[in-house]
Amino acid sequence: MNVALVDAFSRLMSGDAELLAIIALSLQVSVGATLIAAALGLPLGASIAVTRFPGRQTIIVILNALMGLPPVVIGLLVYLLLSRAGPLGNLGILFTPAAMVAAQSILIFPIVAALARQTIDDAWQEYAEQLRSLGVGPWQAALTLLWDTRITLVTVILAGFGRAIAEVGAVMVVGGNIEGVTRVMTTAIALETSRGDLSMALALGMVLIALVIVLNALTHLVKETAGKRYG
Amino acid sequence: MQTRLLPLELRNIGYRANGRDVLKGISARIQSGSRTVILGPNGAGKSLLLRICHGLLDASEGSVHWQLSDPAGVRSAQTMVFQRPILLRRSALANIVYALKVRGIPRGQRHQRALAALQAVDLAGVAGVPARVLSGGEQQRLALARAWAMEPEVLFLDEPTSSLDPTAARQVFDIIQRLHESGTKIIMTTHDLGMARHLADDVLFLHQGELIEQAPAAQFFASPASAQARAFLSGELLWT
Repeated sequence: MNVALVDAFSRLMSGDAELLAIIALSLQVSVGATLIAAALGLPLGASIAVTRFPGRQTIIVILNALMGLPPVVIGLLVYLLLSRAGPLGNLGILFTPAAMVAAQSILIFPIVAALARQTIDDAWQEYAEQLRSLGVGPWQAALTLLWDTRITLVTVILAGFGRAIAEVGAVMVVGGNIEGVTRVMTTAIALETSRGDLSMALALGMVLIALVIVLNALTHLVKETAGKRYG
Repeated sequence: MQTRLLPLELRNIGYRANGRDVLKGISARIQSGSRTVILGPNGAGKSLLLRICHGLLDASEGSVHWQLSDPAGVRSAQTMVFQRPILLRRSALANIVYALKVRGIPRGQRHQRALAALQAVDLAGVAGVPARVLSGGEQQRLALARAWAMEPEVLFLDEPTSSLDPTAARQVFDIIQRLHESGTKIIMTTHDLGMARHLADDVLFLHQGELIEQAPAAQFFASPASAQARAFLSGELLWT
């Protein structure tokens, strides 16, 4: 254990090329997925928040439930879609980073949408009368509320990214953990641990933990400073 | 100022919530020019009536009639200031610019008009400050400036001073006065008798969801016709 730890540090410090490539791919995949999930989830959350239609409550419940989907199940579904015999098989992106981005997008989309819906719904309770009094229509209200809750929404997006970067099941199933192609931090940790290369697994684990801590610090900082500045 | 909107006529307004009649049988005619104060104790239904007049709520019974029949015109010629100002998370100036944009004021005029409104309420110095970090009094003045900038024919105010300290309330009071002098019709709710005495030209006295009296202010305060109004007015003595 101690030897592995020392080894892990030296690998990190020396900038091991394999290690860096894995970290870079992890970030690319999860940042990509987060951008897609935010681009789709924020407008959806805002729309549900400011409109009233039959079945709205059902959609909210489903969206909330989807937040807890097991990544490996998402992986399986995307696998079925993208496999050669599947409906999207002719895209030929199974076992590529694109498939991993797709799987993680689906995984965190409900998180972003549901939390955004909650945030914007709360703001809507407060603003509704004023905005209606000014003559603001529902779509304009959705945009206004998206902008007005931007600070909280940044933390929502960071929460989505945190979930994406830390999951292993979905990227393992649709990526295949192919060395140099689809190997990311979490899948590498799983593999190296089972192979007995504990120093590599530990080094990646430390990077992952450090990332999660930095992310949380960032979230906290955004909330604190923006809260002070904008009230 | 032309008054295309007024008079406002309320015909037998009723409002039911949770199986209870919170407003019933309210008929009144509100004319232009004067400052109308809807007076009554807490829970009388004042704010509710104001929201129904403004169109934020639909009455369960009866109807609201403006002289103008075009709904879009009715909407854009009136505005409301709430008890607690609701401001967007952007600068004081941007809050007003936003409202002007919604009202369809051309881009080139918004900034100038917003700034003029801020100057009118003595907030030009904080134009760039985020609205939500202003003090309570400043926030309410900003809400008034926003209403002012839209140049409404009718301004509804729901207990505009009740969460303010006396100095801030005084400033708000002065702004309302100036809006009145510039020709804006003021329709305001309050349970503050001092405020009502200073400001009202006409009084609508509400009690337990019913319109008990509608009278010129001088007459109402000097010789209230109803027992409820007498009780409400003498209640003031208990506190002074």
